[in-house]
Amino acid sequence: MTSATSPTPRVAFPPSWPARIAFIALALYVVYACSILDITWDRFVAGFSHGSRFISRMFPPNVAHDKLELLYGGMLESLQIAIIATAVGVFLSLPLGLAAARNLAPLPLAWTVRALIALFRTFHPVIVAILFVKAVGFGALAGMLALIVASLGFLSKLVAEAVEEMSMQQVEAVRATGAPFLSLVIMGVLPQVMPRFIGFSAYQLDSNLRNSALVGLVGGGGIGATLFTAFQRFDYDFVLTIVLAIIAVVMVGEILSGFMRRLFQ
Amino acid sequence: MDGATTSTPATEVDRSLVIRNLRKEYRAGEPVLKDVSLTVEGRGMTAIIGPSGTGKSTLIRCINRLVDPTAGEILFRGQDLARLHGRGLRAARRRIGMVFQEYNLVERLSVIENVLCGRLGYVAVWRAWLRRFPAADVDRAFRLLDAVGLVDFATQRADQLSGGQRQRVGIARALMQEPDLVLADEPTSSLDPKTSVEIMELIARRAGERDIPVIVNIHNVDLARRFADRIVGMSKGEIVFDGPPQALEDRHLMQIYGGEGWLE
Repeated sequence: MTSATSPTPRVAFPPSWPARIAFIALALYVVYACSILDITWDRFVAGFSHGSRFISRMFPPNVAHDKLELLYGGMLESLQIAIIATAVGVFLSLPLGLAAARNLAPLPLAWTVRALIALFRTFHPVIVAILFVKAVGFGALAGMLALIVASLGFLSKLVAEAVEEMSMQQVEAVRATGAPFLSLVIMGVLPQVMPRFIGFSAYQLDSNLRNSALVGLVGGGGIGATLFTAFQRFDYDFVLTIVLAIIAVVMVGEILSGFMRRLFQ
Repeated sequence: MDGATTSTPATEVDRSLVIRNLRKEYRAGEPVLKDVSLTVEGRGMTAIIGPSGTGKSTLIRCINRLVDPTAGEILFRGQDLARLHGRGLRAARRRIGMVFQEYNLVERLSVIENVLCGRLGYVAVWRAWLRRFPAADVDRAFRLLDAVGLVDFATQRADQLSGGQRQRVGIARALMQEPDLVLADEPTSSLDPKTSVEIMELIARRAGERDIPVIVNIHNVDLARRFADRIVGMSKGEIVFDGPPQALEDRHLMQIYGGEGWLE
């Protein structure tokens, strides 16, 4: 099998024992966790029959006039929530991201702002929305505030990263002209990070469109609230209409954001 | 060509630079510059030659404080540049133009925007933000682009230019500051030999006609000899030669760069 010239076979791809052990450990844990959580085949099969009954009650989707009006109102509110949250997030994340960049801001400031951004990113928008619903009450305001926090967390972090990766040579040249700090940012920093920032913003709009439906489920207004009510009233055929509408809006949003990103690359 | 727009006639300003005991340590106890003293008169081109890593670049960057010196004085226009900070430092910087080895243009800005960057020390922030530079500045930027032969590229993005063209824009940006001193940090090291000569000619001519002193770091001894009025040789953080080009002999070069085989 081995050539006569080499006494021991030369191994090109030695086995990675840590990786093998990790895989075996993971498989064992999955089996163990399933037994603890009482996940059994019987329950799975029973779930299927429930599911099929649920789905059969969804058809055909309800397109009655009054339902469509509800759908339209909810969807419009969700779009407004998403667009306002993105606009405010974009507007505030630029200064926040610049303040968090360690190659531009004084370190104590940068670390403070980084901690703030980390706080914004700690919880999922749904959890933040629950907090805001408690704080400002049910409705679009709570959902909007939750999505602003989410947008700020995401955009500021990416702005800070983009600023930290920019060419300092270009910044240095502008600094050498005696430019005040804001002019330095405008002419030396922003041109370098703007294309990426626009890309992030488009992605965030897309993401806020999805999440605006989500925050509604916990009381943050918009189409999520409509969906939640439909569930509670067992209007499963209207649920399907809403779900289809959300899918359509999210897909259109994704296409638009992709188009925006390409436009500014 | 645009001397008329200069606010103060060149002859009234003392453009000489006095460096006294300048020391820079990036790590404590390891000086890159060892108490360098140098007086540069307010005219002509002074070339600093020496091997890589000998502190030439640090010296030149201490002057406009892109690098903060550890100790020493840098006297220019009646101020010690080494002690300035904040607004005072920015006011001093705008009178010192700088040309970089890698050109350091803002790549995504247009050529004319890059040239107008030379006015940022003078114009208000909102003017930079809205690109509403004073008409006189825009006019001057066009004339400078004309002077460096790039007026047709004014609205193109800087990253579409060749190396030599970019360096011309860099020179226009430095002159746009109406400087009392131009610093050039290895301005030709990234360029081919022919373009290098053209760039040195351009710097010498455009600064010369405005009577602006130039300090240039350059490792190409032939270019230094050809264009400089004075050559300063550095080795290991110290000045080891200072004199006119014709006084620079092989023994000096051996002292500056070490060894002798390369001189054959």
